Amino acid sequence: MKILFPFFAVIALVLLVFAGVNMAGMYFLFGIVIPYAALVVFLIGVLYRVMKWGSSPVPFHIPTTCGQQKSLPWIKQNKIENPSGSLGVIVRMALEVLVFRSLFRNLKTELKDGKVVYGLEKWLWMAGLAFHWSFLIILVRHLRFFAENVPPVIKLIESLDSFLQVGVPLFYITDAVILVAVTYLFFRRVYIPQIKYISLAADHFPLFLILGIAISGVLMRYFFKVHIVGVKQLAMGLVSFKPSIPEGIGVLFYIHMFLISVLFAYFPFSKLMHMGGVFMSPTRNLANNSREVRHINPWNYPVHVHTYEEYENDFRDKMKKAGLPVEKE
Amino acid sequence: MAKLEKPEELIKIDYTPHKKDWMDTPVEFKEGMYCWGAKGKDLKILDFPNARDWSPKEEDWKLPENWKDTILEAMADRLSKYRSFRLFMDICVRCGACADKCHFFIGGGDPKNMPVLRAELMRSVYRKYHTTGGKIFGKTAGARELTLDVLKEWWYYFYQCTECRRCSVFCPYGIDTAEITMMGREFMNLLGLNTGWISGPVANCYMKGNHLGLEPHAIMNSIEGMIDDIETITGIRINPSFNRKGAEILFVTPSGDLFADPGTFTCMGYLMLFHELGIDYTWSTYASEGGNFGFFTSNETAKRLNSKIYAEAKRLGVKWIIGGECGHMWRVLSQYMDTWNGPADFLEVPKSPITGTVFDNAKSMKMVHVAEFTADLIKHGKIKLNPGRNDNLKVTYHDSCNTARGMGLLEEPRYIINNVCNHFYEMPDNTIREQTFCCGSGTGLNASENMDLRMRGGLPRANAVKHVRDQHGVNMLANICAIDRATLSASMDYWVPGVKVTGVHELVANALIMKGEKDRETDLRGEPLPGKEGKE
Repeated sequence: MKILFPFFAVIALVLLVFAGVNMAGMYFLFGIVIPYAALVVFLIGVLYRVMKWGSSPVPFHIPTTCGQQKSLPWIKQNKIENPSGSLGVIVRMALEVLVFRSLFRNLKTELKDGKVVYGLEKWLWMAGLAFHWSFLIILVRHLRFFAENVPPVIKLIESLDSFLQVGVPLFYITDAVILVAVTYLFFRRVYIPQIKYISLAADHFPLFLILGIAISGVLMRYFFKVHIVGVKQLAMGLVSFKPSIPEGIGVLFYIHMFLISVLFAYFPFSKLMHMGGVFMSPTRNLANNSREVRHINPWNYPVHVHTYEEYENDFRDKMKKAGLPVEKE
Repeated sequence: MAKLEKPEELIKIDYTPHKKDWMDTPVEFKEGMYCWGAKGKDLKILDFPNARDWSPKEEDWKLPENWKDTILEAMADRLSKYRSFRLFMDICVRCGACADKCHFFIGGGDPKNMPVLRAELMRSVYRKYHTTGGKIFGKTAGARELTLDVLKEWWYYFYQCTECRRCSVFCPYGIDTAEITMMGREFMNLLGLNTGWISGPVANCYMKGNHLGLEPHAIMNSIEGMIDDIETITGIRINPSFNRKGAEILFVTPSGDLFADPGTFTCMGYLMLFHELGIDYTWSTYASEGGNFGFFTSNETAKRLNSKIYAEAKRLGVKWIIGGECGHMWRVLSQYMDTWNGPADFLEVPKSPITGTVFDNAKSMKMVHVAEFTADLIKHGKIKLNPGRNDNLKVTYHDSCNTARGMGLLEEPRYIINNVCNHFYEMPDNTIREQTFCCGSGTGLNASENMDLRMRGGLPRANAVKHVRDQHGVNMLANICAIDRATLSASMDYWVPGVKVTGVHELVANALIMKGEKDRETDLRGEPLPGKEGKE
C-alpha cells in the first residue's frame, strides 16, 4: 500500500494528462493554467510554511555541538562544528546545505560475534548528494528555455555537463546520475528492512514523481523528440505572461510539464519542505555562545519557586543546631 | 521484577522489524524496560496535575476525563512556542541515518527505538490534527488518532530515550529527538503520568534543595565523613564552609556526589583541590543540587528547580559560581539557565583567583565548569601533581552526552587526565566526543526496576570500554557526570567486569601534592598507592 498507492498515483497522473491532451485536447489547461497554478501554490505554500515556522520562536539556545567549544585560549576550538560566532555558523550551515556534512558522518552499526562494530556507510550520503546536485544542475540548465538569449553561465554549465561529448544531442551526465540516484534511493527503501519499516507513502510518492519527470525528460531529449522550438515558445510565453500554445509539441512534453507542476504544487505540503527547514534548524543555525550572550525567550514567564525563606522556615532549628548561619533567629 | 538475563543471552539481539506495519503493532509493556509510576504525594508537593498513585502495569491509568483534549491543547500550544518542535514535526524525510545511532536500538533491536520511528509516534498524531494531508488521507499519510493505546505507546517509548542527542549529530537537518521526547514527557506530565524515579527526586529537590532529599545537617554530615577520610589519607584537616555570605565563589555539584561511591571520591577531590588552592568559596545547602530532574518532566519544573542557583548566589553575595562534574546539569546550565533565570547581573564575570584567567566564555551566565577551572590551573602550573600515584590505573574517558553535544567540553577533561595519569587510552573514534554513547540510564532512567533497559542501552558504551580493556588493559573509566558514576558502575559490572568508574577530580586529588601532607599510603578509595602495596 505504501509503495503501490504512490506508484499508481503517478501512473494515474500520467494517464490523466495523456487523456487530457491527446484525447480531449486540453492544451490550455495543461500547458498554461496548471503550470501557473502550480507555481502560485508553490510560492505561496512555501512562504506560508516558512512563515509558520518563523512564527514559533526559538525559546532556548540548543545547538548540537560537534566539536571542541570555545573556552580557554590555549585550547583549540572547532570553529565550524562548534561555532561561537556568526561566521562559524555560516560555514557550518554552508557545509550542511552544500555537502550534507552531518549525513557524511553516517556509519553502519552492526553486532558481530557479540561486538558492536561500526562500518563505513557513505552510500546514502553519495546518493543524496548526487541526486540533489544533479537535480539542481538540471533545473538551472532548463533556464535556457526561459531566456531569449541563453546566459553564458548556463552555457558553461551545459558544456560541463556534456563534457563527455557523446551522442546527438549531447549526452548530459546529470541525466544519468539523477536516474541512478533516485532509483537507489527507492531501492534502499524497499530492501533495507528498517528503512522499509519506517517508510511512508509520502516517502515513495516524491521518488516516483521525480523518476517520472526524469524519465519523461530523458525520453524527450534522446528518444522521442518533441518540437523543441515550440517548447521554447511556450516557456517564453509563460515567463513573459503572454502565454500561448504552439502547435504540435508532443504529448511527452505535456506529461513532463504536468508532473513538474504536480511536484511544485505538492512541495509545500510535504516533507520536501526540508529544503527550507534545514536553514531554520536550531540545533544547527545557532552559535554555541549561550554562556557568553544571554538568549532571550519571548514567552519566559515567572514560575512558582521554593524560596530560601521557605526553606529556612522548614529547617531553621536543624540548621542552627548544625551551626549553619540563618537569616532569622 | 523480571530477572535480568545473563550478558551472553541479552546480547542476542534481533533487529528484524515486525512483519506488520508499526501502526498496527500495539505496544507491549515488557518487564524491566520501564520505571514504576509516580507517587501521589510527590506530585502533590509539586502541584503537578492529577496527583495520585498510579502504576503503568495496571490497565487503568486513572487519567482525567478530558485527557485527550489536554494533550491536544498542549500540543497546539507547544507548536506555537517551540520552533524546534514544529520544524521537527515537519521536515523529517525518514532517510534512516539516525536509525542505528541510538543506544537503545543497538542494544534492544525494538524498531520503535529507532529515533526516526520514536519521533514518528508523535508525528503521526501531529499529522492527524495539524496537517491537511493527515486530516484527509489519514493512515496513508502516516496520520493516526490519539487514543489510549497511542498514549501508552508514547509513555513506554518516550521513557526509552535518554535525550542524549546522538541521533541529532547524524541527522542531515539536525532533528533532535530530545526536543520531541521532552515534549512528549511534558504532555504526559500534564496527566500525572510521571515515573516515581523522577518525580521523587524532583519533589525532594524542590523542598530540600537536592534530589536525594538530604536536609542541611545531613549534607554537612556527609561532607564531614569525607573530611575524616581525607585526614586519614593525607593528614590534612579540611574545613569547608556552608551557606557563608561574602564568599567569592559558590560551588554547586550534583548531590549524587555527596551520597554514594564512587561519586563521593570525586567530591573529596573537589574538597582537596579547593583547600589546597585556598580559594574563598562556599557550599550551599539550599542550592545543593547541580543536576535537574525537573528537566525530565517539564520545562517549567526545570526552571523552578534551577532558580535556586542564582537566587542563592545573590543571597550569599558571591561573585561567581563553579559547577561540579555532571552531564545533564551542564546542558541545563549552559543552554537554559541564563534564559530562564538570568540575567545574573549581580554576579561578576568569572575570574580565577589563582591564575587571573577571565572566563569570557561564561561572561553572561557566570558559571564555570570545574574541568575548565582545573585545566587552567594545570596549564599555569599552579598545582603540584604526581601522576605516578595513579600508575596502577589504565584510564579511558567517557564523554557525557550533554557536555559533549550540548557544550563541547571535550579537551579540558582530557588535558586534566593526561596531567594526572600516565596511562590514558581513548576508546574508538565512533564512540567518543560528539559521537559518544549514553551510559544508557540518563534522563531519570537510572532506577532499579528497569535494569533490562539500562543494560541494553549501556551496551554500546560498555562494548567500547571492553575494546580498550582487551587491547590496553584499561581498568578505570573516567567521566565527568554523577549519573555516569552511578550507572556506568552497574553496566561495567554487567558487561565488562573488572573496570571501575571514577570522576576526573578523584584522579586529580590522587595526584595532587598538598602542602604539609603526610606520605600517602593509599588513594582516595583506601587502596594502596603504586609502590606502597604490602606495606600495611
